Amino acid sequence: MDNEKPIVDFSAIRDTLGKNYEPVQVIDGQAKVLKPEIVSKYSNDQLVDFLKLMIWERTLHQRSNALTRQGRLGFYAPTEGQEASEMGSNSAMKRTDVLMPAYRDIPQLIQHGLPVYKAFLWSRGHVLGNEYPEDLHAMPPQIIIGAQYVQAAGVALGIKKNGTEDKVAYSYTGDGGTSQGDFYEGMNFAGAFQAPAVFIVQNNGYAISVPRRKQTAARTLAQKAVAAGIPSVQVDGMDFLAVHEVTKAAREYAAAGNGPVMIETLTYRFGPHTNAGDDPKRYRTKEEEQPWFDNDPLIRYRKYLTDQGAWSEDQENEYVEQVKADIKDAVKQADDAPKQKMTEFLENVFEEQPQNIQQQITEFQAKESK
Amino acid sequence: MSKKTYIQAITDALRLELGSDEKTLVFGEDVGKNGGVFRATDGLQAEFGEDRVFDTPLAESGIGGLSIGLALEGFRPIPEIQFLGFIFETLDSIAGQMSRERFRTGGTRHMPITIRSPYGGGTHTPEMHADSLEGYLAQIPGLRVVTPSNPYDAKGLLISSIRNNDPVFFLENLKLYRSMKADIPDEAYTVPLDKAAVVREGTDISLIAYSAQVNQSLKVAEKLEKEGISVEVVDLRTLSPLDEETILKSVQKTGRAVAIQEAQRQAGIAANVASLIAEKGALYLSAPVGRVSAPDTVYPFGLAEDDWLPAEDEIEAKTREILNY
Repeated sequence: MDNEKPIVDFSAIRDTLGKNYEPVQVIDGQAKVLKPEIVSKYSNDQLVDFLKLMIWERTLHQRSNALTRQGRLGFYAPTEGQEASEMGSNSAMKRTDVLMPAYRDIPQLIQHGLPVYKAFLWSRGHVLGNEYPEDLHAMPPQIIIGAQYVQAAGVALGIKKNGTEDKVAYSYTGDGGTSQGDFYEGMNFAGAFQAPAVFIVQNNGYAISVPRRKQTAARTLAQKAVAAGIPSVQVDGMDFLAVHEVTKAAREYAAAGNGPVMIETLTYRFGPHTNAGDDPKRYRTKEEEQPWFDNDPLIRYRKYLTDQGAWSEDQENEYVEQVKADIKDAVKQADDAPKQKMTEFLENVFEEQPQNIQQQITEFQAKESK
Repeated sequence: MSKKTYIQAITDALRLELGSDEKTLVFGEDVGKNGGVFRATDGLQAEFGEDRVFDTPLAESGIGGLSIGLALEGFRPIPEIQFLGFIFETLDSIAGQMSRERFRTGGTRHMPITIRSPYGGGTHTPEMHADSLEGYLAQIPGLRVVTPSNPYDAKGLLISSIRNNDPVFFLENLKLYRSMKADIPDEAYTVPLDKAAVVREGTDISLIAYSAQVNQSLKVAEKLEKEGISVEVVDLRTLSPLDEETILKSVQKTGRAVAIQEAQRQAGIAANVASLIAEKGALYLSAPVGRVSAPDTVYPFGLAEDDWLPAEDEIEAKTREILNY
């Protein structure tokens, strides 16, 4: 009896799970073109614009990092290392699409239309940073992991119900975020309603200190979409063009009414979780980090375009200086924001003020007029 | 005018608002073809179509998030959480998200969402179905918590809630669903939010209650009237924020008050009422504020609930105690 085969071979099933995911690559870490048919779709000028997006994000990161250390910014979640993942995906979207970001997705928000000074005000905890004009189709950065996913499903269903053509909702979370219940609920709702949503998981290896391998027994995060019945893909998150092309295809698929898509970008958070005291040395080794640093998303595109004669160090230096000047202006603009008043907070709790709010407005008006 | 039960009044309100505002959407678990497990949405899908009245997957947090996303796209969502005991699964959507959006965005975005949910004891439900959880909800800034005690208010308050541009948690009392009938107007009408109602005028003592406890309080008032005691009954209707004026005016008149809730005692609506009176109406009082509530245990579902729920005789005893203090 001991030799009898069980009715189901669970071990064999387990070993096949997630096996069919192979990260999409266009240009590899050595700047070798793996998919010339993709690269040839773009002119060198377009590729330079893509590289500039990554340089812009890197410069924004460096300045934000410095400003945080000087106490001139508040909360900041470093983005270094994730430029291809963030800019590659965001640049495939349209400004009319609705972005549901998390707190590490500030660069995408800015590219989607949020003025830099407002991003800085958000970092400082000034509500002006969250006052978006009607035509900025985005929500402020989400703090609760996964909450943006269920909301994105709602936005996508709203787009479908409104019958809006060529519009999607897109949302970001990290590898840790895929463990949250809302992550699955969001994908499952969007799938059940066949709503136009693109869910992007930036797998940067760590949820603060907990490594990806401890989050789940799943071989890939991409395969988590399978349970919701929606297609998914893994992509080299250090490869701008790969992320861009995959996201573009996902967007087209979703916008055409086929339902949602999930994308897992394989990337790495070069720095700490946030600038509020996290020290990666406590949970990562140099040996682990170095190959990722060598795999910097800027290196391969810079090398490719330099080899093509389309980009130079001088051009890069000039561009970086220009970005820094813009950031300097944004800091100044943020500094000019008026001090926040408790009466204004109270006025924005409800549209029609109940008695408690009316009373408290009166109390604070008296204090504020002193 | 037609004679309607409490739940028919709710269906009536939903039908009228679905008919008059094409941006309204009714959705939740089993609300479509089945018309809701209590039939609150009976016939609405047939009348307005699956696009406007639809079933969702079985996930409360998803329902909350869906509401927020739909509101962002310009809709006026009216989600149902099948039983109030299930809201723990979606508290982030409510407390962490929709109630904060107006504040968070500096008034540039708003969430015109009305979440309906049945609650309240006395019908022998399984665990986590009948709990009175309004105390949790009442601490959330930016959220109104509304609950009617009769069919007229059920319709008028629900219409006001749906038309309001801020999130409202609309609590429907399970026991009242079919036990109360009243003549109510057929057309749409509103009952104001943020306003309590003096449902019975009196001069000796104020019973301040809401939902099913209003009806128990009215019975106590009738009984005591025969002894020449004049009891005023205040129906809070909006539990958060409180209508302080109406409460204080009543206490100023009677000089005595009992705050009544079905929920366990700790940190509840009755405590808010009592502290309001202590803070702003202490000098009106001839006796301490009395409180009637369930004991501070977990809600004992099923057969034991009748022992746990505040009964009419407890309200009567507390009223006499405060009167004779």
